[in-house]
Amino acid sequence: MTENTQFCTFYLGDLFFGVKVENVQEVFRYQEMTRVPLAPSVVRGLINLRGQIITAIDLRARLCLEKLPEGQMPMNVVVRTKEGVVSLLVDEIADVLEVSEDNFERPPDTIDKVTRELVYGVYKLENKLLLILDTEKTVNMGVDSTTSSMVAEV
Amino acid sequence: MDKNSSQDSDLKKDVEPVAPDMTPDPITTDQAEADTEVASVDSAEDISGMDSIINEFIVESYENLDQLDQDLVGLEQNPGEVSILSSIFRTIHTIKGTCGFIGFSKLESVAHVGENLLSKLRDGELVLNPPITSALLAMVDAIRQMLSCVEESQNEGDVDYSELIETLTTLLKGESSETAPVAVESSSSTETVEASGEVTPADQSEEPPVQVLVPEAKQEESPAKLAESGGGVEKKQENRSMADTNIRVDVKLLDQLMNLVGELVLARNQILQFGDQNQDAVFSATTQHLNLVTTELQEGVMKTRMQPIGNVWSKFPRVVRDLAASCGKKIRLEMEGKETELDKTLIEAIKDPLTHIVRNSADHGIETPAERIAAGKPEEGMLKLRAFHEGGQVNIEIIDDGGGIDPEKIKQKALEKNVITQEQAARMSDREFANLIFAAGFSTAAKVTNVSGRGVGMDVVKTNIEKIGGTVDVQSKFKEGTTLKIKIPLTLAIIPALTVMTGGDRYAIPQVNLLELVLLEGEQAVKSVEFIQGAPVYRLRGHLLPLIYLNEELKVKKQEENDKVNIVVLQADERQFGLVVEGVRDTEEIVVKPLSHQLKGISAFSGSTIMGDGKVALILDVMGLAQSARVVTQNRERSRLESSDKGDGKTTDKQTLLIFGLGENGRMAIPLSMVARLEEFNRADIEKSGEQEVVQYRGEIMPLICLSEIILGVKTSAQRETLQAIVYTQNGRSVALVADKILDIVDENITVKRGSSRKGTLGTVVVQGKVTDLLDAEAIVREKDPTFYDNKPLVTV
Repeated sequence: MTENTQFCTFYLGDLFFGVKVENVQEVFRYQEMTRVPLAPSVVRGLINLRGQIITAIDLRARLCLEKLPEGQMPMNVVVRTKEGVVSLLVDEIADVLEVSEDNFERPPDTIDKVTRELVYGVYKLENKLLLILDTEKTVNMGVDSTTSSMVAEV
Repeated sequence: MDKNSSQDSDLKKDVEPVAPDMTPDPITTDQAEADTEVASVDSAEDISGMDSIINEFIVESYENLDQLDQDLVGLEQNPGEVSILSSIFRTIHTIKGTCGFIGFSKLESVAHVGENLLSKLRDGELVLNPPITSALLAMVDAIRQMLSCVEESQNEGDVDYSELIETLTTLLKGESSETAPVAVESSSSTETVEASGEVTPADQSEEPPVQVLVPEAKQEESPAKLAESGGGVEKKQENRSMADTNIRVDVKLLDQLMNLVGELVLARNQILQFGDQNQDAVFSATTQHLNLVTTELQEGVMKTRMQPIGNVWSKFPRVVRDLAASCGKKIRLEMEGKETELDKTLIEAIKDPLTHIVRNSADHGIETPAERIAAGKPEEGMLKLRAFHEGGQVNIEIIDDGGGIDPEKIKQKALEKNVITQEQAARMSDREFANLIFAAGFSTAAKVTNVSGRGVGMDVVKTNIEKIGGTVDVQSKFKEGTTLKIKIPLTLAIIPALTVMTGGDRYAIPQVNLLELVLLEGEQAVKSVEFIQGAPVYRLRGHLLPLIYLNEELKVKKQEENDKVNIVVLQADERQFGLVVEGVRDTEEIVVKPLSHQLKGISAFSGSTIMGDGKVALILDVMGLAQSARVVTQNRERSRLESSDKGDGKTTDKQTLLIFGLGENGRMAIPLSMVARLEEFNRADIEKSGEQEVVQYRGEIMPLICLSEIILGVKTSAQRETLQAIVYTQNGRSVALVADKILDIVDENITVKRGSSRKGTLGTVVVQGKVTDLLDAEAIVREKDPTFYDNKPLVTV
């Protein structure tokens, strides 16, 4: 018997990503945010989400992708993590997909190191691949990210 | 009776001055009861000090008794239920214990027999039957009655409970003589009837005798009570008021309420701003009303979290007593203002520092009786705790009349430990010396006792108090005593703050740190800011105020060039500095929210908040800013002395050097311009990457280089708990150079006396009259990591 999992999906450029639906608190359009000087470059700013202050992380920067073209506003995918509620800035939000575990596979070693660090698996869909993001690792800016990017550089 | 009451008041005299809030000797209250009529007023006064204890006891007991009623009835239905029995036993035991402690002997004796009976039931020697249940219920009623009496008149009343006690005792004895538990039911009925023959009319069934027993006891009590108090029914209703007006609330719920009120305050602020733009009369009246109600609600909710400081102090009499006993001292503890209230979280936060200070005062402050007599002081030392509200802050003072702090001893110790230099010592006042006790690793106790004197402590006390936005100061007169003054805010969650603008963004500065605002315009703006070797200063009433440009500290672009200079004069630690911002807005009450995990490492911010317009603003950490801008160095006193040096001017052709110690007596210097920051790392934070010691620092991995290992060939840092490190940064890469001791920052005209062949040094210079080696940081770093200077940043995220 195969199990199905639901993912909230979104795009970063032409890459198709998914986050487990139960980890997603909500999604909303671009909202003005307060920048944080001296913060790591992946932190885009702070957002007031109904009285709760949440940190917005630029997912493109986190995955070492190019910046979003000028004028295009990112959208917020708010995820719950052990480090608290964090907003991930993505290009465009897509549907909630239910996919079968049969199609799951670990990411191949050939993909970019940072991406491999943060993507724990791939679902082979009919016409594209769904990359599943490890939200805990994504929002954790500690050693993991530094080492991985150092490794990537060297 | 006369004799009793005179004794009573004698005792009272003895007891009260020592510790008005301590529990009086049980005898005092016993005697007070014995002569109810005459001494009832007396005794009420007598116990007034313990009012709070008694109130707590009453409230708690009422709750317990209500539970008991349920339990007993439940037990009757499930006689075998051991857990219920144990719970009943515990409750009665608690009541009995507290009664004995407070001195309600009659209450105690009733509870005592009840307890005995219960313990037999619990141990299985007796089996519960209706007569026992009823007798126990009657006991509960009796206890309740006595409690109401206590609540009303501070004594147990003069109702005679001997019959009830007798009934309970007979039940106890009668049943225990039974050997066959199976026969209990039938035999118990006869036993009961026989035993309680005088009390209850004999009856054949089991239920009736006891049912009679209860009302009878009540009937007996009621007239007596009526006679004593006049209007029994009315009084009884009043009596319960104390228990009825108190409820227990989960702290979590209060925290949640506090959060919600915080949100409401924000919403209110937003509406007020909107109201200002709107000219509608009805609307502005409504906002006014909302404003008032919110403020009151906020105060009300904050009050629910308030607790008297006495809650923390209550353990000190014991602490001081034990300490005094173990040190062979005589110490009298006085407490003043124990009803002073502050937020629960703050109470928790000051508990440990306060305990530490009190122990310190008792251990080091107050001398032995022999020393005291020799110094012409009373044999008994005095330790006084004082708390009061002042200017929206809570002040706590710990005063002792002990030996005080010997400035000479401090000076010796400070010199010995290289905390200060000779020159600085010569210029320091006694008060400055006294405050050195807060420096890290500083203890003046001649010997280490099991209580204190290990050199850790006062610096931790200071850090902990500063963590909650408080300050601590010490004043001491040698041979006369020491006074420690602690000031802490009332609450942490909602604070008044000043909002300022820089680089187009708003930042909030907690008003606690704010001293004044200075606005320089036009020509003044250009002229008034002077520079000492590139460091801007402003003459504020004759004193030099170092200036920090907020936009530079935060590395953001200035938004507008104007000819105005806004200086926010701030206090960090004991140092003042001016923060230059682009604009000053108004003050607002803000709700402090912690920074998310990703931003924790930024020392310039202490939190974030939502402003009136719903946008997020960052709260500046004044202390962190001052540290990163090096206004406050590791050693505050020194920096103050240094700045007064700078006041002499003419320092422009000099070089600023950081002086640090290496090995036993080694002195080394590095140009301050090469120093990115000074840091302290805990040994626990240091990790290994291969053979290399590294530390996680601002999201990067920074290698540690132990200077003594390279220069002296001895790794002196190996045993140390905290490492003093000089962070050296080039091309975005950092290394931490571990020194043994950061000594000083000096401006000096240096000329290299001779080149050095010694490894890792550039040469030798004379600084402050002492031979000092100049560190060759480049060579050292290159040796450790040959690629360090390759012009390529390692991390490109």
